[in-house]
Amino acid sequence: MLVIALVVGFPILFSVRESLFASSSGVDPTTGVLQSGEHFAGLSNFTDIFSNPTLVVGVWGSMDRLVNAFINTTFFTVVCVVAETIIGVAMAVIMSKAFRGRGLVRAAILVPWAIPTIVSAKMWALIFDANGVANKLLGQNILWLADNSYSQWAVIVADVWKTAPFIGLLTLAGLQTIPDEVYEAARVDGASGWQQFTRITLPLVQPALVVAVLFRTLDTMRMFDLPFGMIGPGKYSVETLSMFAYFENNALRYGPAAAYSIVLFLYIVLVAFLFVKLLGADVVGDPEAKAMAEARKRRKVAARQAKAEGRPVPKPVRSTITSGDSPS
Amino acid sequence: MNNKTTKRALVATLAAAGVLATAACSSTPASSGSAGADTTADWTKKGPITYAQGKDTSGNLKAEIDEWNAANPDQKVTLIELSDSADQQRDAMVQRATAKSGEFSVISMDVVWTAEFAANQWVQELPTDKFPMTGMLPSAVDGVTYFNKVYGYPSTSDGALLYFRKDLLDAKGLKAPTTWAEMKTVCDAIVPEHPGMSCYAGQFQKYEGLTVNVAEAINSAGGEVLTKDGKPAVNTPAALSGVQWLVDGFKDGMIPKEAITFKEEESRQAFQDGKLLFLRNWPYVYQLAQKTDGSSQVAGKFAVAPLPGKDGPGVSTLGGHNMAISKFADNKGTAMEFIKWMNTQDNQKRRLKTSSQAPTVQSLYSDSSLQTEFPYLKDLGDSIATAKPRPKAVKYADVTLAVQDATYATLQGQKTPQVAFDELQTKLTDLVK
Repeated sequence: MLVIALVVGFPILFSVRESLFASSSGVDPTTGVLQSGEHFAGLSNFTDIFSNPTLVVGVWGSMDRLVNAFINTTFFTVVCVVAETIIGVAMAVIMSKAFRGRGLVRAAILVPWAIPTIVSAKMWALIFDANGVANKLLGQNILWLADNSYSQWAVIVADVWKTAPFIGLLTLAGLQTIPDEVYEAARVDGASGWQQFTRITLPLVQPALVVAVLFRTLDTMRMFDLPFGMIGPGKYSVETLSMFAYFENNALRYGPAAAYSIVLFLYIVLVAFLFVKLLGADVVGDPEAKAMAEARKRRKVAARQAKAEGRPVPKPVRSTITSGDSPS
Repeated sequence: MNNKTTKRALVATLAAAGVLATAACSSTPASSGSAGADTTADWTKKGPITYAQGKDTSGNLKAEIDEWNAANPDQKVTLIELSDSADQQRDAMVQRATAKSGEFSVISMDVVWTAEFAANQWVQELPTDKFPMTGMLPSAVDGVTYFNKVYGYPSTSDGALLYFRKDLLDAKGLKAPTTWAEMKTVCDAIVPEHPGMSCYAGQFQKYEGLTVNVAEAINSAGGEVLTKDGKPAVNTPAALSGVQWLVDGFKDGMIPKEAITFKEEESRQAFQDGKLLFLRNWPYVYQLAQKTDGSSQVAGKFAVAPLPGKDGPGVSTLGGHNMAISKFADNKGTAMEFIKWMNTQDNQKRRLKTSSQAPTVQSLYSDSSLQTEFPYLKDLGDSIATAKPRPKAVKYADVTLAVQDATYATLQGQKTPQVAFDELQTKLTDLVK
């Protein structure tokens, strides 16, 4: 716990502190020397979004640069994760089937995931070049690498290509835990392929899939190297929160940079929380804790019912929860 | 059991040490550079130093430094090669400087970093009596000057050239254009006969090269980005007419549409593939486009000229790297001698011959034996002689992005030059204040 406090807690607190400072600077008119210092700025790094916006024009119209980055981040996350999930699950279903050369297909599908992101960014930049393969295949003359909505789709294609295998792999692991007998029984009962998929495969693979999707969502929200390496910095149609924070940091404005990182951090925390609450992503995976929480819930319900019916509240039954696979 | 406790204690100690180290690194100085300009440096102290620059692509730098080390065994220079990306070089240098570290004694400073490094007092002011710069190109000296003080020693320079298809111009008996109007006339006579060919391209992707190209258009039309006293002037009629030239170029097809995604290499490729009649680029293209191994279709078919302008010769944007001494460096005496030795006329001549780096010593440009070896050298000298540096702004990263924002929106037709550059004027006024 102490280690976590030092390794995780301290940097977070430090950036929160940093986000409350702003550097003031001015140039001495005779020597040109910078007079600079940091002063306490309160929440102004955050409120500037509303009171002192830096307007930029991306795909979504003219708006504050942070808001624009925020919308881009959200847009990329939603579109990429949905596409990756669909394609990833399809990949997993194919990979789990027994056919000749299955090992080769599994290895091949993982290649995009194994390539470093910045390398695939440069590779896709070549593909989406004005004279690149993408335009040749489509027979179009689209300027993907300029700064427009096509750039967004170029990034999305590259991201899906790169990370759908990740979801595929995790889903495959889940698929392999489903016993064949279940499918056999379904076939005997006359279930169609689609019914088998929606009634058996999806529900049984859900725990693994939800964790995979959660990881991908959190990862996509931090997206940096793909748009940066492929389309470039300062392109508002693809600028994400990470890229904006990096730019501010590079311009030696550490306060705002920390503030924007915290906005991203809180956003990620919120999404992760919603995931766990709504979809029941079992990230921690501790059956004992789960069982205890459920027992508590049961007691509460019982108590409420008892109260409503005017019965005396039953005393909680202390039971030792034994769980086979929890470490002793 | 006992073993476990020891392990835990060890982990906790390590973690604590790690946190302390992080805290030590990340504590930014409360106020940096607030002291007045400090010219006092011990120019007599000798000893080992380091020299940090971007990746040495010529492969020749080590030999040069070995030569110095052999002659000065007690004042050894250690070469630190940084990334080949300019942004990452700057990052590495800024990190050392903000931590007041003298790890990099001598740095190779891009001409656009001069203002930022000088204003933050990260680099040492160089007294002119100790660093004589007679015989250096005036524009290169201007590039290292900030508020009338010198912060670097000119090392390499760079200027733009107009590459043109000499074979096609000769066939029509035409000469290299000196104005935009002449260039248009030449294009109208030649381009229609060559399907797939466009008249002109520079670098119009949204990156540093766009700032370079639009500054050239503005300066070549008689405008200025920043005036002499540092005030922005990007929405004057002269400046706007320069921008308008580029906008019209895209509109009427003089510049191909895909040029909006061109960086140096993409535009070089287009020229080498015979898709361009005129190309604005740096001198490095010359040797590559002259290659006869099949990579270039224009080998032996092109020549260079200075850039054209609105009513006369155009104005190039100044490039290049200069050598500066870290404020926090030890052994500044050695640093001084090393810098001067690296940039003697003989050493610059050697660097030109081995790695085609444009020298800052003026007389080399009129050396007739060098001119035969480098046919572009005379034109390059003319280009650099009138070249203008980019805005000397402390917040250069913000300034260049603002310029790129305005230009890119204009070139893509989202805003008119008047609207975009009025906005830019407001932004720049705020940024250079």
